[in-house]
Amino acid sequence: MNVVIMGCGRVGARLAVSLDAEGHKITIFDIDSNGLRRLPENFAGTAFVGDGIEEETLVRAGIDMAEAFVALTRSDNVNLMAAQVAKHLFKVPRVICRIYDPLREKIYESLGLEALSPTIIFSNVLKERLVGG
Amino acid sequence: MYVIMVGGGKIGYYLSRSLISEGHEVLVIEKQREKCDKIIEDLGQVCLQGDGSETSVLAEAGTSRADLFISVTDADEDNLVACQMAKQKFGVPRTMALVHNPRNESIFKSLGIDLTICDTTLIMEQIEQEVPTHPLIHLFSLSPSNLELVEVKIPAGSRAVGKAIKDIPLPANSHITLVIPFNEKPKLPSPDTELKAGDQIIAITPKPLEDELYSSFMVLDESAGRAAKKSRA
Repeated sequence: MNVVIMGCGRVGARLAVSLDAEGHKITIFDIDSNGLRRLPENFAGTAFVGDGIEEETLVRAGIDMAEAFVALTRSDNVNLMAAQVAKHLFKVPRVICRIYDPLREKIYESLGLEALSPTIIFSNVLKERLVGG
Repeated sequence: MYVIMVGGGKIGYYLSRSLISEGHEVLVIEKQREKCDKIIEDLGQVCLQGDGSETSVLAEAGTSRADLFISVTDADEDNLVACQMAKQKFGVPRTMALVHNPRNESIFKSLGIDLTICDTTLIMEQIEQEVPTHPLIHLFSLSPSNLELVEVKIPAGSRAVGKAIKDIPLPANSHITLVIPFNEKPKLPSPDTELKAGDQIIAITPKPLEDELYSSFMVLDESAGRAAKKSRA
C-alpha cells in the first residue's frame, strides 16, 4: 500500500518503520528536521521536511497517488485541515487522523474523517486492565 | 446581530471595537489571558478566554444563537476548524475565516466556509494598484464565476496599438468593457474602437487566462521594437 504519513514523532516514525518493513511504500514528512532523525538508516521510504498545511507539501509527498493518508502532528487543527484536504481535494481513499480532544471525535466523523483519539483508546485500555472490560 | 469572533489579536480587537460601536453584540474568544484582559478593560465584558475550536468553549459562548461567526487568528488551520465547528455543531448561518496563505482561499471554500478573506491578497491588490509599473491590475474578483476584472495600460510599441478592438485576438470569454484614453473621458468601446498607446483598458477575463490576455496587449510589436532600437542606435 502507498501511504503518506504527516508527522514523524514517536508514533509516526514507528508506524512508518513497521509498514516499511512489511514492504509498503511510505512517504513521511515533518515540519521539524529533528523528527526525521527517529527513522533508522535502513528505512527504505521517502522522508522530508515540510509543512502539512501547505498544499505543495502534500503534492510533494505524492498525495495524488496515495492510497492512505495518516495525520499525526501534535496539533489537532493541523491534522484536521490536512486530512480534509487529502480526503476531499485529493480523494485519498483512506484518511486517518489523530485527535487529542475526545469531545471532537463526532465532528470529525461528520466531516467524513476517520478519527482516533489516543485519550479515549488509552483510558479504555487502562480501565480494562484495572476492572476488566 | 450577535457576532462571535475567534482571535483577540490586533485584527480581532479593532474589528470588535468597530462592530460594538455600530451597535452589534460581540463576543471575542481569545486563548491568551493578557489579551482578554486588555479587551475587557477597553471594550467591556465582551471576551471569553479559551480555544475557539473547542466545542465546550463554543457552547459556553452561546454559538448556537450567533448570526455571524468570524475567525481571525494567526493560524489558517485554526480559523478553518473554528468555523467548521461553528457551522457543523452549532448551525451558525454565516461563517467567515481569515486566511493568510492565498492558496487556502479556494481550499476553505470547498471545505464549507461561507466567506474567506485573505489579508495577503488584499495587500497585494493594493500594491498592484499603487505601483504604476505593474502592468496588469486586479480590480475585482467575481468569485463564483471565476472571472476577474482587470486593468491594463497599453504601452507604446504594444502590438494592439493602432488596431481596432475586433482585430485584437483576445482569449476565450474575455471582453474589453471600457477604454479610458489618456487625459480623456472613459468610453464604451465598439468593435471598431482603435486603441492608442497610453489607453487604459478595463477588461473581464477568466482567471486562468489572465496571462494570455496580458500578452495580447503587452507583447511588443516586433517591427516597432526593432524600429525603436534602430532609432536609438
